Amino acid sequence: MKRHLISAADLSRDDALLILDTADELARISDRSIKKLPTLRGRTVVNLFFEDSTRTRISFEAAAKRLSADVINFSAKGSSVSKGESLKDTALTLEAMGADAVVIRHGASGAPYRLAGWVRGSVVNAGDGTHEHPTQALLDAFTMRRRLGSLEGRRVTVVGDVLHSRVARSNVLLLATLGAEVTLVAPPTLLPVSVDSWPCEVSYDLDAVLPKSDVVMMLRVQRERMNAAFFPTEREYSRRYGLDRDRVAKLHDEAIVMHPGPMNRGMEIAAEVADSARSTIVEQVANGVTTRMAVLYLLLGGADLGGEDK
Amino acid sequence: MAEAIPHAQSHVHAVLEGPDINRALIRISHEILERTKGGEDVVLLGIPTRGVYLARRLAGHIRQFEGHPVPVGSLDITMYRDDLRTRPARPLGRTELPADGIDDKTVVLVDDVLYSGRTVRAALDALAALGRPRAVQLAALVDRGHRELPIRADYVGKNLPTSKSEIVKVYLEENDGRDAVLLLKEDEK
Repeated sequence: MKRHLISAADLSRDDALLILDTADELARISDRSIKKLPTLRGRTVVNLFFEDSTRTRISFEAAAKRLSADVINFSAKGSSVSKGESLKDTALTLEAMGADAVVIRHGASGAPYRLAGWVRGSVVNAGDGTHEHPTQALLDAFTMRRRLGSLEGRRVTVVGDVLHSRVARSNVLLLATLGAEVTLVAPPTLLPVSVDSWPCEVSYDLDAVLPKSDVVMMLRVQRERMNAAFFPTEREYSRRYGLDRDRVAKLHDEAIVMHPGPMNRGMEIAAEVADSARSTIVEQVANGVTTRMAVLYLLLGGADLGGEDK
Repeated sequence: MAEAIPHAQSHVHAVLEGPDINRALIRISHEILERTKGGEDVVLLGIPTRGVYLARRLAGHIRQFEGHPVPVGSLDITMYRDDLRTRPARPLGRTELPADGIDDKTVVLVDDVLYSGRTVRAALDALAALGRPRAVQLAALVDRGHRELPIRADYVGKNLPTSKSEIVKVYLEENDGRDAVLLLKEDEK
């Protein structure tokens, strides 16, 4: 494995399978009464969050703590960032404190990549702008594998705001590495220009794709990033791209419904679908902790390999 | 530590061959039964990889002698090792406890080679996180000496005096296609 986890594309097939297998073993630990492992004792993990997040930050914190690492939480609000400190100066401060890993969420795409050049520890991307969110893709793949077995040849349909979604990009890259066939479904205005070069298919017709899908992953409509008229009304979006009971009926019996959260119930996903037995939304949160434990263990648990990758 | 090498060197003398290993395991099974009054409340926990196969074989023998099954499981100690930082992160093995757990049981840890004792120390830590056995005992197919911690085995297949520069390799049918214990010089590694 590389020293940092910045993009899902950093992971070879073997790396990805090693993370998922490790997470499988770690999942057994979360069933028992003593969940703590001594593995990362004496290591420091910094959660550096420049954007709001509940589940990702808590998930990384729980993962690091279960491995006995010391966790320092940093959020931009109430820190020197609001006094105008640059990312680099913040990074150098963390470096001076001896962080072994920095988990970063940032509004700017590429911020984790820049950070990786400034700190000695491992950098884990917890979401950068509209770019990537590799641990989300890993926990999604883990969830799919638990429900469906191997991902080889499985059909995964990702629906919604692909343009603003770091989850979609990371998922497409990782799922392609793992041998799944991905189809993106979105209004043309919500697909990035570069989508032709992604290892996936594109469709504008959700109803046509659903019957052959093993997994339907709904993306959140990111209202906070909607600064142009991407679709006429929310109601029209919901009609064409929302997952309601009638659409779910088109899925085959084993197919699952996923959502990275937070959901807009009634917008991209109907409440009754989100709460149905097909939905893995709650599992995804639990699986997030084990998957992130696996990532932290594999990045920090072994020998320090020195400054260079590999 | 034994490691998987698919084609063992044929010119190397085997310290134990298949039948020797079998006899040693049968004797250990009897000793376990003696020491635990017929295997009452015994749980065999193998340490991956080869300890697990050895634990299953011991359980097979005990079942044959006494007519009742003994619970078998596996105990992965990777996350509890004290030398994690000397090598890149290792893949994890499987921890699988019998349905009844280990509380108030006599746990017999089973490993292939007893050397520094550090694996066993890690196993004791791992056990403490899983429950509270009444007693913990240790069975090893080979005891090669050179302990670095105050740990000893209760059941030993063969005491094998070695020098630290030698390497003990254990091969088991289930994992390596043959049963043998080899003693290699460092340059034959």
